[in-house]
Amino acid sequence: MAETVLELRGLSKAFGALKATDNVSLTLKKGEIHALIGPNGAGKSTLMRLVSGKLTPDAGEVWLGGAEITGLSVARRARAGLGRSFQVSSLIPDYSALRNVMLALQARQGHSYRFLMPVMRDRALRESARAILERVGLGPRASVEAAVLSHGERRLLEIAVALALAPRCFLLDEPMAGLGSEGTARLVSFLRELKQEAPILLIEHDMDAVFQLADRISVLVYGRIIASGSTAEIRADPQVRAVYLGEETTA
Amino acid sequence: MSLALVLEQLLNGVQFGLMLFLMSAGLTLVFGVMGLINLAHGSLYMIGAFLCAAIAAATGNFFIGLMAGIAAAAAAGALIEILVIRRLYARDHLDQVLATFALILILSEGVRMIFGPFPLYLTVPSVLRGTVNLGIVDYSLYRLALIGFGIAVALGLWALIAKTRLGIRIRAGESDREMIAALGVNIRVLYTVVFALGAALAGLAGALVGAIQSVQVGMGEPVLILAFVVIVIGGIGSIKGAMVGALLVGVIDTMGRFLLPRLFATIFDASAAAGTGAALASMLIYLLMALVLIFRPKGLFPAHG
Amino acid sequence: MDNARKEWLLNTAIALALFAVPLWALLADEPFIITTATRIAILAIAAVGLNIALGLGGMVSFGHALYLGIGGYVAGIAAHHAFSGTTVLGLPGTNQMLPIWAIAMILSGTIAGIVGALSIRTSGIFFIMITLAFAQMGFFFTLSWPAYGGEDGLPIFVRNQFPGLNTARPWEFFLLSYGVLLAALAIFAMLRAARFGAALMAIRQNPDRAAAVGISPFGIKLVAFILSGMITGLAGAMMADLTRFVSPAMMAWTMSGELIVIIILGGVGRLFGPVAGAAILVCFEVLFGGLTEHWKLWLGLVLLAVVLFARGGLIGLLAGRAQHG
Ligand SMILES: Nc1ncnc2c1ncn2[C@@H]1O[C@H](COP(=O)(O)OP(=O)(O)O)[C@@H](O)[C@H]1O
Ligand SMILES: [Mg+2]
Repeated sequence: MAETVLELRGLSKAFGALKATDNVSLTLKKGEIHALIGPNGAGKSTLMRLVSGKLTPDAGEVWLGGAEITGLSVARRARAGLGRSFQVSSLIPDYSALRNVMLALQARQGHSYRFLMPVMRDRALRESARAILERVGLGPRASVEAAVLSHGERRLLEIAVALALAPRCFLLDEPMAGLGSEGTARLVSFLRELKQEAPILLIEHDMDAVFQLADRISVLVYGRIIASGSTAEIRADPQVRAVYLGEETTA
Repeated sequence: MSLALVLEQLLNGVQFGLMLFLMSAGLTLVFGVMGLINLAHGSLYMIGAFLCAAIAAATGNFFIGLMAGIAAAAAAGALIEILVIRRLYARDHLDQVLATFALILILSEGVRMIFGPFPLYLTVPSVLRGTVNLGIVDYSLYRLALIGFGIAVALGLWALIAKTRLGIRIRAGESDREMIAALGVNIRVLYTVVFALGAALAGLAGALVGAIQSVQVGMGEPVLILAFVVIVIGGIGSIKGAMVGALLVGVIDTMGRFLLPRLFATIFDASAAAGTGAALASMLIYLLMALVLIFRPKGLFPAHG
Repeated sequence: MDNARKEWLLNTAIALALFAVPLWALLADEPFIITTATRIAILAIAAVGLNIALGLGGMVSFGHALYLGIGGYVAGIAAHHAFSGTTVLGLPGTNQMLPIWAIAMILSGTIAGIVGALSIRTSGIFFIMITLAFAQMGFFFTLSWPAYGGEDGLPIFVRNQFPGLNTARPWEFFLLSYGVLLAALAIFAMLRAARFGAALMAIRQNPDRAAAVGISPFGIKLVAFILSGMITGLAGAMMADLTRFVSPAMMAWTMSGELIVIIILGGVGRLFGPVAGAAILVCFEVLFGGLTEHWKLWLGLVLLAVVLFARGGLIGLLAGRAQHG
């Protein structure tokens, strides 16, 4: 059995009376894509924020590569190896695509307390950033400011930034949102290769993409995981069918 | 140091606090409802004082002057809102700070051009001159009237916000701007009204205080800074917070300036010690504000959750 | 011509003008103009300091007059004790600028570190107000502290000394100030181009993204705030030597406002924004101040127009938007 990279143990988070995350446990293993699906408002993004450190859980733990990271800040978790993309693109708007990637590379290589050498003169940093942009197909757009990129290009830049972190695992929140069918197809084949580098915890609305890509699927409803298993198991699960297809559950 | 003196200082502190409340209420409403930092609020205080002094001198009646001061401040507020402030709601805090800083320059110079460079004098109306006996202390009737008047205006403001339709809209505006637009409330008019209301309160405070201090250009800025201290301590957007903050600042500042130099002088027994006490006393409220912000970053009564 | 090149040309023109005008004044024997240019240079240094926090880091400090005042009082107190031959905290006074500058920078950096550590976690109006509160504390402290003049301020009878220069001569003191300004600008440009600047500007634009790639906003902002306070503190020491006088007015909130105004008039985050802004402000005062006693009214109108309609300041107007590559 492959080694566990990321593990969530009994995570809970309430917003007032609303239990957005309710005792969620799951694992992400080397080489796999673990997809998290569920209807709108099920608590998928909240779970992502608990893992990335943007929110602190009311209960439960997050483990990365055998070390607990629950108490760490967002930045420390990122340095520990979480590569996150946001559901709504969140980039440095005035920076070109290249500089957005360079920023991630710079953070990964070490601290940012360097005051003397100009970043843009750092050949090695530029070349690595350019190579990453080429990989996601943004090479020709390297010098365009993030604010000016199209929606689809910004989604790709999100992925490129996560790639630049060379993380131990990826946390991708709806990377296909708004990409169109062609873009989605390209991203599907890209992610299929990417999982060999580091496993992916994937939130995605596009069910076709999920069923093509995922090795395992967990279904989140009202903050709780109601089913977890292989694509075939999930397809066959009566509770899931009830949630997604409105079928009556047979008791 | 007699008990009578302490009581007198305490009353002075409360009176000062209530005047600060009049200033702060408008400032906190404008921030709570429109999200605007208005440095020019002190200029409205100044306008109220100047108009009151000029009209009181011309008519010989303080109360006509007071009405004129309030009306002028409200009108100036509405005008400023329509001409300038309106364009700032969507801007960041930096732009708001700068634009209203510019307004201070413009309004101060404007007042200087109209009224000349010398201070005006506003005297306490004859019916409120003299002192009243409060058991152990003879206290200024005018200051006592300010306390009573301050409390009355605070209650009136509370009733306005809690009970009237305008109040409901103001409260709705604080929690959800799109919502009240969706309800068909004319946001532009509402904002102008709220701004003018705050301006009227500032003008009122300026006119009232003008009778015990001199009326001069620049009088609004020290009060403005204190009003900001008040609303930050109280929680920005909260009228209740403004009241608590104003009383805290008024009493702590007054009592600190009164007690600390004496305290230091008795403990350390040197004239330099009294100086140290005075230096510390003048920093006291800023210390209080810094402490509040460090331990309760949104103030004592945060308006939004 | 692209914007970066336009900005470079504009910067060069401003730098040359700030040198050429007082040089002409020297030849024409107009010491007042030299002093005015010196004032522009020193105010610009103070604003370069603030530009690190405000322009690069997006921290709207409404209390940078505190550091100006700290620097000023260091110069004033050192000169006071040197003059009277007394000591302060066991140390003798000095009339040498270099040690004064060092102490001014260390002290203002330390205070900026404390203020920053306590305020950087807040944002928006709270940050503005907490920085203002600390500056007000300094203001009222100096106002009511009798040892160094209190309200009346503290005169510096003889301008402090710099090795190899006769600082009492306006032209030589100008050269010194101009040199320090160029050095401050070089430091600003270096910080902005370095990894530190890349992180700082990223945090300003999107702190969540910066954290998600592993950059902790707090530490970077704190270091920026300290550097910012140090440079403004240095300017304060020089300002005291220019006017040969320090008083609580250096720490007044209007002074903090003026520093922000300088940056806005020139262009936020732009290398030469503080220089352009200081030049506009001082020239405005000198030119209009001679024409009408109500020049502040006109200054207010110009400032209002810039905020409402010309957000990029002078540099933005002439060289277009900033480019980050
Ligand atoms: N910061 C928050 N405060 C209050 N409620 C929130 C917050 N974030 C999310 N929620 C609520 O938690 C639930 C789950 O939201 P989310 O995690 O965004 O769902 P999903 O990503 O699955 O669509 C929703 O009902 C949402 O309104
Ligand atoms: Mg979501």
